[in-house]
Amino acid sequence: MSRAISVRGLAKRFGSLEALRGVDLEIEPGEFFALLGPNGAGKTTLISILAGLVRASAGQAEVMGHDVVHDYRAARRNLGVVPQELVFDPFFTVRETLQFQSGYFGIKRNDDWIDALLHHLNLTDKAETNMRRLSGGMKRRVLVAQALVHKPPVIVLDEPTAGVDVELRQTLWQFIRDLNRQGHTILLTTHYLEEAEELCERVAMLKEGRIVALDRTANLLRADSQRRVELRLNPRRLPEALQPRLLGEKDGAFLLSLHDFGELEGMLAEIRQAGVQIDGFCVRQPDLEEVFLQTMHGAAR
Amino acid sequence: MTGFLTLFRKEVLRFWKVLMQTVAAPILTTLLYLLIFSHVLEAHVQVYPGVSYTSFLIPGLVMMAILQNAFANGSSSLIQSKISGNIVFFLLPPLSYLEFFLAYLLAAMVRGLVVGLGVAVSGLLFTDLSLVHPLWVMVFALVASAVFACFGIIAGIWAEKFDQLAGVQNFVIMPLTFLSGVFYSIHSLPAFWQAVSHYNPVFYMIDGFRYGFHGVSDVDPWQSLAAVLPIGLILAGLTLQLLRSGYKLRH
Ligand SMILES: Nc1ncnc2c1ncn2[C@@H]1O[C@H](COP(=O)(O)OP(=O)(O)OP(=O)(O)O)[C@@H](O)[C@H]1O
Ligand SMILES: [Mg+2]
Repeated sequence: MSRAISVRGLAKRFGSLEALRGVDLEIEPGEFFALLGPNGAGKTTLISILAGLVRASAGQAEVMGHDVVHDYRAARRNLGVVPQELVFDPFFTVRETLQFQSGYFGIKRNDDWIDALLHHLNLTDKAETNMRRLSGGMKRRVLVAQALVHKPPVIVLDEPTAGVDVELRQTLWQFIRDLNRQGHTILLTTHYLEEAEELCERVAMLKEGRIVALDRTANLLRADSQRRVELRLNPRRLPEALQPRLLGEKDGAFLLSLHDFGELEGMLAEIRQAGVQIDGFCVRQPDLEEVFLQTMHGAAR
Repeated sequence: MTGFLTLFRKEVLRFWKVLMQTVAAPILTTLLYLLIFSHVLEAHVQVYPGVSYTSFLIPGLVMMAILQNAFANGSSSLIQSKISGNIVFFLLPPLSYLEFFLAYLLAAMVRGLVVGLGVAVSGLLFTDLSLVHPLWVMVFALVASAVFACFGIIAGIWAEKFDQLAGVQNFVIMPLTFLSGVFYSIHSLPAFWQAVSHYNPVFYMIDGFRYGFHGVSDVDPWQSLAAVLPIGLILAGLTLQLLRSGYKLRH
């Protein structure tokens, strides 16, 4: 069976700017995959090449085994893209928008699925409303529905939750999760790293057009196995014996490394011996945000 | 096929929903020309024997309306979609270049022909209009609207701002249509301008169209068709080539 997404040596220049500098990426059918990276890293450019909106300067891209340039019709039939920009056609209602989108994909009667999409995305009561009269979050949800009219095996969401309120974000993710369980491959970009951590099995981190980390989410979190202890001391003086553990300071608190919980006892004893009082104490598990920041920082050096 | 039909329907609906601006307004403007020119010149100008100035003028105005609106539809639709970004709605689906082209072409022709028909029908309130060769009328209406529809699509693909489109309209379309014999026969022009007019494709469109109504014209309608048809084919070929290459639509 062919890969859901396969990208080899992908490069893209915009004039003198190199948006992508040789990206290789394989995503298997059924994966829930996150593409992360700071602003301008090249995420949208990569997605646009998959969608045929942008032509690559070098390299190849395939969707379900179909080359996005030579076999573009098959590639596009297999792909649903939620664009990052909030775009809409002010001439039409929500339902018309979805009916047209179905038609462009060659689907004549799609009303049952359109109704289901409207229901899942809480848009049923807006079906006959003109696009112009929707709020930003509602327009975003219509974009999600548009990407799904043809039930594509591969679904790409470019920051789908930007501007969507908490409750609907949950509903949206529930829906996308269900689609993933039914076998759809999901590729998503987001700046909410806790979302990516919770949802995605695998993560790629992109920086300045290069992949700087690519692994299962669990592995990335484990690699950064150092737990941290955050200590507030009074007076603000770290006992000599704890100096080697010092990672840094944050808002007046010391950040100390902790390899396993057994070490805690010794640390507390050192503090007591030094006659220092503990004002605040917490143990922090590494999360994807920290891994992300470290990776981005590390890759810069 | 469904893809093409949907895009065509969407393009037609787009102007149909704002009929006032896209159909009624151009009809009214054209009728104002008719009212003023026929009132001022009716008694003074007779181009062809047995044809009143007003009935001479109407086919020219109808053709002018067809051309301007066929151009406006494709060009304004494309530039709006590009600027607002909703062009991705038809760039993402598996529509072929040909489907895309035909949908925009035919929708623009429909708009041109609807406005042209509106002008012709309201023109009947002013004077009787003969229809000697209806087939020629149809042929020239179709071919000329197709040529300007292509022209509009090309302009819409090329332009990045509304001003650029307005520039094309003011500096290309307006001179071409006004210097083509809408309001006069080019035989009434000095020799130099007569010669220049023979390089203006719109002149042939109007002359051939007029032949269909009155059975008289400055040049043979076959010759006019031979002048216009190749331009249409070249523009259609160029439009398809631009769409295939993704020029200004896909980076
Ligand atoms: N059409 C374009 N013309 C010129 N430069 C472009 C174009 N599109 C993107 N770029 C540049 O390419 C780089 C990558 O942009 P891209 O949109 O892919 O970033 P991104 O990772 O999606 O960022 P964000 O998180 O802000 O959405 C940026 O430096 C951007 O300025
Ligand atoms: Mg982006």
